[in-house]
Amino acid sequence: MLTNHAKLMQFFAVAEEVTGRKKLQKMIYILQKCHVPFEEKYQFHFYGPYSEELTLRMEELCNLGFVAEMKEDKSNYYQYNYRITGDGLDFLNQFSIDMPDIKTQVELLQRRSSRFLELVSTMLYFDDLSKDAVVEKIHIVKPKQNYTSDEINEAWTFIASLQKNPLQ
Amino acid sequence: MAYKDEQLNEEKVFKDPVHRYVHVKDQVIWDLIATPEFQRLRRIKQLGTTNLTFHGAEHSRFNHSLGVYEIVRRIIYNFQDRPHWNKDERLLCLCAALLHDLGHGPFSHSFEKVFKLDHEHFTQQIILGDTFVNKILKRVSPGFAQKVSDVIAKTYEDKLVVSLISSQIDADRMDYLQRDAYFTGVSYGHFDMERILRVMRPIDDQVVIKSSGMHAVEDYIMSRYQMYWQVYFHPVTRSAEVILSKILHRAKHLFEKNYTFKLEPTHFISFFKEDVDLADYLKLDESIVFYYFQAWQEEDDPVLHDLCERFMNRRLFKYIEFNPNQQMNEWMELYKLFQDAGIDPEYYLVVDSSSDLPYDFYRPGEEEERLPIHLLMPNNELKELSRHSDIVESISGKKRTDHKLYFPADVLHRMNDKSHLKKRIFELLYGQGESK
Repeated sequence: MLTNHAKLMQFFAVAEEVTGRKKLQKMIYILQKCHVPFEEKYQFHFYGPYSEELTLRMEELCNLGFVAEMKEDKSNYYQYNYRITGDGLDFLNQFSIDMPDIKTQVELLQRRSSRFLELVSTMLYFDDLSKDAVVEKIHIVKPKQNYTSDEINEAWTFIASLQKNPLQ
Repeated sequence: MAYKDEQLNEEKVFKDPVHRYVHVKDQVIWDLIATPEFQRLRRIKQLGTTNLTFHGAEHSRFNHSLGVYEIVRRIIYNFQDRPHWNKDERLLCLCAALLHDLGHGPFSHSFEKVFKLDHEHFTQQIILGDTFVNKILKRVSPGFAQKVSDVIAKTYEDKLVVSLISSQIDADRMDYLQRDAYFTGVSYGHFDMERILRVMRPIDDQVVIKSSGMHAVEDYIMSRYQMYWQVYFHPVTRSAEVILSKILHRAKHLFEKNYTFKLEPTHFISFFKEDVDLADYLKLDESIVFYYFQAWQEEDDPVLHDLCERFMNRRLFKYIEFNPNQQMNEWMELYKLFQDAGIDPEYYLVVDSSSDLPYDFYRPGEEEERLPIHLLMPNNELKELSRHSDIVESISGKKRTDHKLYFPADVLHRMNDKSHLKKRIFELLYGQGESK
């Protein structure tokens, strides 16, 4: 029952707090691409890979009181931050789910901005293409973000570092 | 004349209950409709199991695909002399609209979940692979099939083209809301599409709505909200969907345990192995699925036999509202009681959540998760819809979610009346003794 919800709560138990919906979307996608068994379906949207299923599931977790959503006023926009609650931890403790240890990957992702994770997740979305084709695709699908060569190179290094830390 | 410019001698029309007529003048579109891959969509219902709740909902992906094409055709007609619109993209838009659902299979939501498939992946394969559709697209130009594929995958460079097929107010949604409302017979789901088409404007890389058309868009958002809860998420439809998923799980489980089926499940084997190629995928339509479900009613395995009999004869599971936070202990007790009573809870005690559904609400996209609907104000400023419309703001602020617990009430009622198991199960489910 609610195995996919429990997997997300397991993520929050490790991440403690996630700042921003966009960052959350991209973190879960990148972890999926690292073979963490999240099952939310992603599609490519205006701002990169996005999962409506994840958005709905987060709303359910908040409504159930398992995850707390904090709305932060950032003057020209609102940012939503998420943290697992005591009820969420109690629920999680009753579950035995088969999840790998994601601590290292989550720590690496937490340190990065949502803009950077948008770039990384978009690059991973096209991981069936050659490196050059991925870069070309980034400029096609993300013309407004103006990602620089330095950022793209940094993203390659970051992807390599994620892959260097295999799941336990 | 180049194939891409070829026109039929006479315009062809399809009579359509939603748009009155679907007009076809391009030879390419006419040829695409005639392909086996597109004709296959006639044998796949748009709403899967919804016809078990709303008996009129028998319309197909074929109907819907023609409808999306027709809406895009009308939008392009309105856009043809407007700035920001590239007339050269016309045929690309029409082809992408027509083919956007080409990879859907029978009951695709359940099939995708159980067999880990993605219909969009198959849409790409049909468009780019060795198919009749691909041959036609290649005749337009060598790179045309890839462009159509990119538009449908939302990775095409011209975002304006993509947004006609896929955005928060796109031709896909505008067709299915009206078509599903028409065929289910519900009174919600209707909105003034003609008005919306008249106030759509291409601006840079998105379609925006002239602010004077805001009320028509409010109606569209309301209908989307109503259809979600009243049709798409109807608890009886979900019951049928739960049983369908469990049939697929059971059949796969039996195959993995080397169970000998009375009827060899030839069409399902690559699905069970999660190694489905395009040829296998295209062979499976609803008629094949129903054939197996009919046959599996004769199987010796009691679970597969019972679930198929339920699905074919609409003997669905009953449900109660369920709050996983407050009722976790009850659920664990029920799970054990079902096991003790010899009713496998893996198949007969199922929690279903609103997030398990492939439909969505309007999202204002506050943190750039999704592109919202923008209103074009008289001073040419763009404003996000919910910031300007109280109605949309109130709906998009509501995060209504829902969980239900499904179970076979008929089996429980047939249990021995003196059984303490029965008494306790009914207490947990209904908060009292056996419900009539």
